[in-house]
Amino acid sequence: MTIGLTHYLVLSAILFSLGLFGIVTRKNAIMVLMGLELILNSANINFIAFAKFGGMNIEGHVAAIFVIILAAAEAAVALAIILNIYHNYKHINIDEIDKLKE
Amino acid sequence: MAKETLLQITAIILVLPLFGFIINIFFGKKLGKISSYIATGILGIDLVLSAIVAYTKVAVYESTNIIQTKFDWLNLGNSTFNGVTHWLGIQVGIGIDNLAALMLIVVTLISFLVHLFSTEYMADDKKFSRYFAFLGLFTFSMLGIVIANNFLFMYVFWELVGISSYLLIGFWYEKKSAADAGKKAFLTNRIGDLGFFIGIMILYITYGSFMFEDIFGGIASGLLPFNSGTWLTAAGIFIFCGAIGKSAQFPLHVWLPDAMEGPTPVSALIHAATMVAAGVYLVARVFPMFSADALTFIAYIGAITAFMAATIAITQVDFKKVLAYSTVSQLGYMIMSLGACSYTTGFFHLVTHAWFKAALFLASGSVIYAMHQAAHHFNDHHTDAQDIRNMGGLRKTMPWTYFTFLFVTLAISGVPLTSGFLSKDGILAGTMAFGQLTGHWFIPIAGFASAGITAFYMFRLLINAFHGEPKTQIASHTKENKFVIVFPLVLLSVLSLWFFYSPNPIDANKGWFAKVIRMPTSAVPAAYQFDFLQKENEKINPWLLTDSKYAIKEHNIAGTTIKHESPATEEHHAEAAGAHAAVHHAEYKYEEFAHKAHVPAMILSILIAGCGILFSFLMYQFKIFNADAMEKQFKTLHTFSFRKWYFDEIYYATAVGGSILFAKILAIFDNKVIDGMVNLTAFLSRGFSYFVGHFDNIVVDGFVNLVANVTGFFGAIFRKVQTGRIQTYIIFAIIGLMVLIYMFI
Repeated sequence: MTIGLTHYLVLSAILFSLGLFGIVTRKNAIMVLMGLELILNSANINFIAFAKFGGMNIEGHVAAIFVIILAAAEAAVALAIILNIYHNYKHINIDEIDKLKE
Repeated sequence: MAKETLLQITAIILVLPLFGFIINIFFGKKLGKISSYIATGILGIDLVLSAIVAYTKVAVYESTNIIQTKFDWLNLGNSTFNGVTHWLGIQVGIGIDNLAALMLIVVTLISFLVHLFSTEYMADDKKFSRYFAFLGLFTFSMLGIVIANNFLFMYVFWELVGISSYLLIGFWYEKKSAADAGKKAFLTNRIGDLGFFIGIMILYITYGSFMFEDIFGGIASGLLPFNSGTWLTAAGIFIFCGAIGKSAQFPLHVWLPDAMEGPTPVSALIHAATMVAAGVYLVARVFPMFSADALTFIAYIGAITAFMAATIAITQVDFKKVLAYSTVSQLGYMIMSLGACSYTTGFFHLVTHAWFKAALFLASGSVIYAMHQAAHHFNDHHTDAQDIRNMGGLRKTMPWTYFTFLFVTLAISGVPLTSGFLSKDGILAGTMAFGQLTGHWFIPIAGFASAGITAFYMFRLLINAFHGEPKTQIASHTKENKFVIVFPLVLLSVLSLWFFYSPNPIDANKGWFAKVIRMPTSAVPAAYQFDFLQKENEKINPWLLTDSKYAIKEHNIAGTTIKHESPATEEHHAEAAGAHAAVHHAEYKYEEFAHKAHVPAMILSILIAGCGILFSFLMYQFKIFNADAMEKQFKTLHTFSFRKWYFDEIYYATAVGGSILFAKILAIFDNKVIDGMVNLTAFLSRGFSYFVGHFDNIVVDGFVNLVANVTGFFGAIFRKVQTGRIQTYIIFAIIGLMVLIYMFI
């Protein structure tokens, strides 16, 4: 059996769901970030798959590079935020940071 | 002198005292003593001018009935009503006829003498200039009444005279009795004026004019108020009501004795000679409009007044009150005379009475002034300077006053060789003729009785005050007054001699007075008038031949048509209306009877006056009858007379008490009912607002609270959605995204 577009998309979808599961379920903020990275990477796989099999050609690769750069910048910022949260709360359990509720 | 000039001078005579009033009222305080000189000077000029006017009218314009002017005060054009065109507007004017000419002299001369007298009498008063201002106002108003030839002016000046009287009576307003007397005078006058006004209005709506000429012409042409002779009589009686008030006739006489609270010169001017004579003057002026019944009514009122006042005067002890009641009685005489159709003698008595009554009052002023001076000398402030029981023996201390007083007392008592005798005698003869012709014998009987009583009380006054020994220390220290006080007395008493009016001391009809003042023809149609007043040789009533609204334009006499053009022919035709100069024959049946009654009346009046004088001498001079014993014996009669027939008490209980009671009732009504309604409204509003408030609190607020609670309830539920955890929000976002994808793809 030939590995076609569909296989890549399914893979991407599974990765996306795992990442989503990680964001939604994990208590630790770092684990949430990991889940977020998984989602971003699943989007990357999607782009590359379409670059090879779909009609995107070189745009797909360019988009993937953009995503990787953005993910890196975003990770930096997110970690800075988590550091601040740690200074304030002395822990980084997301489900206990619910001051927005008020 | 031209007629216009005469009227212009008359206007000046009228206005000068007003000018004096204005100066004295505004600048009087600064002028001080000079204000009296100004006022007296103005009156002096007025006197001279009046003399000129009177002489011109009586001597030069003998044949003209009246010199007058008419002008439109208010002109509202014409209006057609029921096919007849009426001129809408008010015409007024001034006029001088013989009556007015003589009255001018009376008013200005007495006013001048009173001014002169007051310069000394009122010299110590602080409000000196105000007094002279009011005197000027009064003179102006009185002159206005004299020269008015229409009811409107007469009414206006009538009221002005009333006000001047009020101001002068209440001149010493700090004294409560004086202030009350002023109010009483004004209110009583006002009641009379109400009747006067009703009368004027009845005449106005019938004849459409206020001018005397127009009204007399209208009556003569047969137009009667409301087409009934009864209404003509009623109108006459209403007009007479004004005279009842002003001339202090029964029943409105009550103000005159109280008016003695004013200064004595005021009493002399207003309440003896001029203002009270205004009523008589009015009756004389509008004499042509009185029907037979009205004249009878007038005669009765006059007779009752004369008799009643005379009986009151015999017991009074205040000098001025005796003179006041004497005035009321004499006014009754004048009115009685006019009512009994004895026109000339009625007016004659007005003139002679003006002189001797003014002299009596001024003499009383002289006496009171002297008594006051003596009292000041002894620092006595308690003895009443006006009580005749405190006087006596003044004959020796004040000879000039005594002799003038004696002379005018003779005049008022009707002793021959005085003017008073001539006039009184004429009146009594006239009333006797009236009694014979109409059968109303009360009138002459009352007249003669009053004559006797008058002689009695006047001599009582004279003897008690001047003869005998002084009864108090003050009386013995009086002394004669200065020239300005004595001169008016002398002048007026000299004017009370007979020869000024008629060369014959016993018959006035031969003198100039009777020729100058003739009874005017009555305008009333024959059906309503006495038959003895109809002229035998006259075809057309002269009031139809004047220059008035109702004059007929042409008429037939003996086949030839005579056209009337006014005013060129005014003189010729007007002659028929009034003054017949030289021809002296009886035109009316009345005159015949009056002539025939003359001698018996004269003898009777001399007898009665003589009895009165004799009785008074016997009682007071020679003390043959003891006055005090008689007083005790006739206690009830004496009290009845002394208390003025209880008129004041009756009026207080009825009119005054009634008004006060009515006012109280209205006050209670106002307090309980009106205020009660207002309070009730307030109470209801409060109750209503209480309920509304509770409703607001419970219902409305409850509703608002319900909304809030529901919102809170749902809010509490929905709040749970906000967990504050990012992860929850992400789940919702993903679910929402999936739903959207499902829906759109």
